[in-house]
Formats: sequence, structure tokens, C-alpha cells
Amino acid sequence: MKSPLLEFTDKGIYCEKADVFLDPWKPVKKAIITHGHADHSRWGNKEYITHHRNIPIISHRLGDIKTTGFEWGETFIINNVKFSLHPAGHIIGASQVRVEHKGEVWVFTGDYKTEDDGISNPYEPVKCHTFITECTFGLPAFKWLPQKEVLADINDWWLENKKEGKTSILFGYSLGKAQRLLKYLDTDIGTIYTHGAIENMTEVLRPLVSFPPTKLVTKETTKKELLGNIVLAPPSAHGSSWIRKMVPYVTASASGWMTFRGARRRRAIDKGFVLSDHCDWQGLLSSIEATGAEKVICTHGYSDIFSRYLREQGYDARTEATQYEGEQGEMETSKSVSES
Amino acid sequence: MKRFAQLIKTLDSTNKTTVKVDALTQYFLEAGDTDKVWTIAILSHRRPPRPVNTTLLREWASELANIPLWLFEESYHIVGDLAETIALVVPSLKSSTEKTLTQFLEEMIALKKKSDHDKKQYLFENWKELDYYERFVFTKLITGGFRIGVSQKLMTRALSKATEIDEDILAYKLMGNWDPNTISFQQLVLEEHKSDYLSKPYPFYLAYALEEVPESLGDVNEWSMEHKWDGIRSQVILRNDEIFVWSRGEELVTDKYPEFEQFISFIPNGTVIDGEILPYPKGQIGTFNDLQKRIGRKSVSKSLLTKVPVILKAYDLLEWQGTDIRQKPFSERRQLLEALFETVATTTLSHQKSKTTEQSESGGTQRNRSDLPLQLSETMQFDSWQEVAKERELSREKHSEGLMLKKLDSPYLVGRKKGDWWKWKVDPLTIDAVLTYAMRGHGRRSNLFTDYTFALWDENENGERELVTFAKAYSGLTDAEFRTLDAWIKKNTLERFGPVRSVTPHHVFEIAFEGIALSNRHKSGVATRFPRMLRWRQDKNIHEANSLGDLKALIPNSAKAE
Repeated sequence: MKSPLLEFTDKGIYCEKADVFLDPWKPVKKAIITHGHADHSRWGNKEYITHHRNIPIISHRLGDIKTTGFEWGETFIINNVKFSLHPAGHIIGASQVRVEHKGEVWVFTGDYKTEDDGISNPYEPVKCHTFITECTFGLPAFKWLPQKEVLADINDWWLENKKEGKTSILFGYSLGKAQRLLKYLDTDIGTIYTHGAIENMTEVLRPLVSFPPTKLVTKETTKKELLGNIVLAPPSAHGSSWIRKMVPYVTASASGWMTFRGARRRRAIDKGFVLSDHCDWQGLLSSIEATGAEKVICTHGYSDIFSRYLREQGYDARTEATQYEGEQGEMETSKSVSES
Repeated sequence: MKRFAQLIKTLDSTNKTTVKVDALTQYFLEAGDTDKVWTIAILSHRRPPRPVNTTLLREWASELANIPLWLFEESYHIVGDLAETIALVVPSLKSSTEKTLTQFLEEMIALKKKSDHDKKQYLFENWKELDYYERFVFTKLITGGFRIGVSQKLMTRALSKATEIDEDILAYKLMGNWDPNTISFQQLVLEEHKSDYLSKPYPFYLAYALEEVPESLGDVNEWSMEHKWDGIRSQVILRNDEIFVWSRGEELVTDKYPEFEQFISFIPNGTVIDGEILPYPKGQIGTFNDLQKRIGRKSVSKSLLTKVPVILKAYDLLEWQGTDIRQKPFSERRQLLEALFETVATTTLSHQKSKTTEQSESGGTQRNRSDLPLQLSETMQFDSWQEVAKERELSREKHSEGLMLKKLDSPYLVGRKKGDWWKWKVDPLTIDAVLTYAMRGHGRRSNLFTDYTFALWDENENGERELVTFAKAYSGLTDAEFRTLDAWIKKNTLERFGPVRSVTPHHVFEIAFEGIALSNRHKSGVATRFPRMLRWRQDKNIHEANSLGDLKALIPNSAKAE
């Protein structure tokens, strides 16, 4: 029996014909990397093949690594297998990977979202036979509002806190979510302060996207100067002594998980904004339909439930275990900042 | 409704008590009177009966959401709250309602009697027309209680701020049986009505657990000790030739304990006793497990009455000769209580005379009062705290949970207060068990696996060692420990059964519990009372966990009799 074009091995998703791995979770020779989050671009690979815009991100995170960059849609051939990268809309520089061999096409999404966030190149559906999709939010309970509405709510919240003489602290991943928030915060309201992890990552991305100015919170920053302003911080900073020094403050988190009342309460956050860099339920379904794929492989997220639903809809769908953390990743609070 | 939904949203989105009280106070100042009454009713668990059963709610919600029922159920397992799941999955429109909370509740009450077709139509209309949060609140009103971290006490505090009526007086007014449908805000909160107080209990005085050494309480001579009985804390009220039995949960349970009816013949009107309802099979105090057979049954069969009779163990006297005596020192209240017991044992009450005389004349036998299901909880005084500690060691033998320490000069306070009363329980029993199954938690913990099942070693008929489930527990770990375990469970799942996952036997936990008894309703043959995780024994492997035999050895001989 002919082995499939892409296989799930203990090191990661493997293309035997090209001897290359996609987002491997153990060190390999040649890795094609969808995006810069820690669970997709791990340490220790000999070569990192990725989109140009992702190179500064993974170089910042992983240090001295060997990288090869490509443009969207640019084809590169390894051992007669045709590869190309296509925008995934997840974060800056995030790609889907298209793999073609003898007319058979597979697409691996990495992480993706359907809405254009204005800073990542927007998601483009790619026709394929087999579609490997994440399904972090693969439940009908997840429905995103247009980002314009959510961001307007966030700015209103900031303004209200300012009126009450309080500092606003907004939690978001230091890579991706933080920049998406930063891009749209209304600097007429006040100054945007950042946690070190976010400041550093944003510095790396400034050459690629224009962002409003930010000020790093340092030891010298006083409570008083923060009052009425907003502080962008990674989720792991919640409850730390770094935050406690900022009283009086109000906290909020921007994440898809904020859909659940329990998720916000569990973390003792004052306010939750539902804003995700992943697809919601409808987003997943419409993307799958747009690829024209017959076979769907569901990776991280509510994969069992989601693939069962797809099978009922007539797809040949199944689940594969991976070590991507779409589900826990965003929830985790104790994770070290550098991993985000 | 808009205003009420806004209130719930504010209450739900803060963990700060002051913010909650302020939001409630503001609401009580602004909302309409009938809405206020309903809000008080809802926040004190007096919602109207559920108009639609949850099976239908699930079916209809999945129909409106255009998803299969199984997918709705899976979503519900993950979200952890039915109303929230429904509000999330049904299609969203950005409209809002002008109807008041009262209008909605009146509609829901009327809905109960309608046909399924009408019910479905009513739900569809509202689900479609309300915005997300209103839809959640609307569905919550249909499905049940709002668990939003607002205790009755907190609500009472806010109501007191809004009305400038004393908090204790309000707590008293809001107790008991009142119908939000018929009572006005004026009647419920603002007016003073003597006759309304007939069935009304006093708020219970609750003790905190003693965490310091007892010596920290000072002179032992200022304290009275008694055993802490493990039953249902209750108040028995005798007024106007009627008896009312209230449980600590402010539930009127008179009908569940018909054996107390005869108190009317022996205890004078204007008496309120604070005590504990205890199971008393075979003339001795039983286990909580025995009492469980009586709890939750409104009408009690004769055979159950014979099998698990109950008694009232009296602790305190709150009202005597129609006067509230809660401000008198504990020692004086006890003297009155003990005098009352004397009276009951020796004299026949005047208003009861005719009945008894008739009985004797018609040849009936005089009732033996020592058979009354009423006992005094014996108080003790000691010369030293060491002696108190010795008495505490005898608790399990005496079927108690430990000791209650009460200051002799203490008044009867309202709610849980520190200082005058302390409970000093015996140390829990413990056993090391293996984690075998996990389920997602509810509410605050709905996305974490926090509800666990534990097993102990046993030998099967082939002489092989196997793990046998013995208890479930979901409390006792820190948030960080729960997160670590949650991640581990997700990676070490063996099988899934709906919301439940079996996991690789690997982790050992020290499980603590308050009581233990034989049980034929449990697979292990043993029931434990209030099991919880005392600590995560990461130093132990599963083969070092205890056996079912070890657990059974903890059962006191008296509880094995059955």
C-alpha cells in the first residue's frame, strides 16, 4: 500500500517523499514552519523553512538558527514534492503549507482564522484533496463578533477605567494578540505601556507593520504615571508582583476562551473580551467547504467532536493526535513568558 | 428585564464583594417594586417551578441552533451550564427587550400549564429576540438557580443599604414562606407585620472551625462544651398550637419529620428550639448515611419511619414564652432549655389536658414521655483544655463529629461569626487512593478536569489485585495543582465515556473524609462522608496506595452492626 503524502509520526507531521517535517515537535533536519508560536516552531531543528515575515520572529525566539524564507504562493520543490506557503491569517507571518505530489494536494493549516485582522495577511482558502485543520474552537458555542465591535468595546472599557482614575491592564499573548490589540488601541485616550516580553516582540515586528508608540514598564515607572493609561501584558503576568504594584487597576483578557463565563471567573479577571486568532465554528466549517477537500484530518482542539460532526456532514474526517496546544496554550497562565 | 440582566452581568463579572453590594444596592434603588421582590426571591432560591423540563430545552435549543442533539450535549459538557450553552449556540440577533422581569416571570408561571407546542413557540420567540446576555438570563430563569457568588447575606446587606432597614431585621423578614407572586415589596420588606412572624425562624448562628490551639480561647471556665452532632441543624418552632421545623438551608421541613408533631402536646407555645435532627435507629444515634434515606422525601412511609426514626437533639433556646431571648447569655438560655425539659418530663400542659383526660377516660394508655423523640445535647465543663481534648478524642465513639465550644456569656448571633462559638472537629479519617476517572468541573471550572474518582486495591475472585472505585472528590487542591492535573489527564486519557475519561492509574492522593459506613449502594460496599483531597502524594506510586480492606478497618464497630 502506498504511504500517504503526509504522515503523523512521533516527531511531527512528516512527508516521507521529501524527507521534511511540518511544525515538528522533536528536533529534525528540515522543518517547514507555519508560524512563530512556541508549539509550532520548536527549538533544535537543523533548518527552518518558513515565510519571510516569520523569520525575524523565530530568529528572535530561537536565536542563531538556519532559515530559508519564501513568499506567499512561491513554489519550492524538494525531491519532486511541490511545496508552497499561503496566508493563514493567524498572526503576522503565519502560513498554511500546501504539499503537492503527482497531482495529489494536501494542505496543513497550522493555526488560522478567517477574519482579516489588518496586520496578518488575510487567510486564503487553498483547494486541496486532504485538509489538515486545527479545531481549537470547534464547537458551535464559539461565534466571534467582528473585531471592529470588540476593539471598540475594549477602547470604551479603557476610557471608562480612565474616568474612574484606574489603570487598565489588558492580557494577550505577547506574539500575535498583543500586536493586534496594540494596532487598534485608541491613543487619544492615553499612553500604551507594555510588559517587556511584548515590548521586545513588538520591536521585532515594527519593521513589518506600523504600530502606535509604546512605553516599556520599568522599575522606574510609577503607579501615578500609569493611572488612566493601559498596560499590555502577557497572561502569565496575571497575579504577579509586577502587576500588584499598579493598583488601582482593572484587568481584562482578550481571548476566544472568554466566551465561557467560567474561563474568566476561574482566572479572576474583571472583564473578558472574546477575541481570537483562531477560527470560530462557522469559520472552520466555511473554510473546509472552500477547500473542496474530501478528506479532513482534525488536529488540536475539540477534534473528536468536530470530526464526528464532519463525518455526519459527509466528509471523510478523522482525528490525529499532535502536540500543538491550541486548546491549553491560550489558557495557560503559569507558562513562561518567553514561550508565548 | 434589561435592568435585571445588567445586574446579573455586573455581579457575574466581578469577584469583588464591594462591587457586588454596590451593584445590588443601586438595583434596589432603581428597579420597580415587583421586580425587586422577584429579584429577592431569585437570589434567595425562591424561583417559580421549572416550566419546561431540561430534556425538552435541550432538544429545542439544538433544533433552533440547527445542530444534532449529541453535539449540543457535548457542548453542554464543555460549557458546563445549560442556560449558557443554549444562549451560546442559538443564532444571535442584536435586539433587546422592553418587558420587565416581573412580566417574564408571570409568563413563565403561566407557561407551565401550556402545551409543549406553545412552550416551544414561546422559547423560540424569546431566544430569537433577546440579545446574548438577556437570552442567558432568560434561560437561567427557566432552568434554575443563579450561582453568581451572591449569598443571601450579601443581598440582604445591599437591601439594607438601599432601604436603611437593619440587616438582621431584613434577614428575619426574608426567611420563611412567602410567595413573590402575591407579596408586595411594601409587605415583604417595608411593612411590619406581627402575624407574619408565626412560622418565621431566626437566622442560624454558625460557628467557624477552630484553627488555633484551644488554649488561645483563654480561660476554660468561661466555656461550655458539647458534642457536635452530625445530622441536620434545625429550628423547631412552636407557636399558636402549630409546629414548624426549619432546616439550616431555610427550608421548611415539618412534613418530612412527622414524629415531631407530638411536641405540640408537650411544649408550650412561644418556644423556639435550636437543635440537630439525628437518625436514631435501634435506639442509638445512627450515621449520616442513615439520615440520607429521610432527606429529600417529602412524605415518609411507615416502614421508613420504623427503620430510620429521628430525634431532635436540642442545643439552645431562642424564643421562650413568646419572647426573643437570643440576647441573653448562652448559660441563661441553656438553663431555660433545661427547665423546659424538666417541665416536659413532669407536667401536663393546660391546653392539652382535655385530650389526655379523654384518652384516660376512654381507657387509652397515658403516653410515656420518655419516648418523645427529643433529647438534650448534654453540655460539659472541664477544668483544663487537656481534658477538653480528651473528650474530643471520644467523639467517634459517641457518634459525634467533634466538639462545639461555646462561650458561656455568648448571645445567639446571626450567621457565621468568629469569637464566641467554635467547632473543633476530630481530625478526618484518611486513606491513600488512586485517581482512575476524571470529569470536567462545573461553573468556574468548566474547562478543567477537576472532578475525580478514586479507587483502592482489592482482590478479585481469581486472587488478582485490582482497583475498585470508592469515592469521588473535587476539592482540596490548589488551582495550580488542578491545572497540572488537567494537562496530565488530557495527555493520559484511556477511554472516554461522554464527559468522563478514564485515565492511566498513576497518581496517588490522600483522601480525607468525615465518616464512614457500610453501604450496599456503593460498589465498594462502603460510603464515606464528605470525601476530599487532602494532598497529592507525588511521593507514592500506585502500589503503595491503600486497599479496600484498609478502608473497611476504619469502620467503627457500632456502624458495622447493620
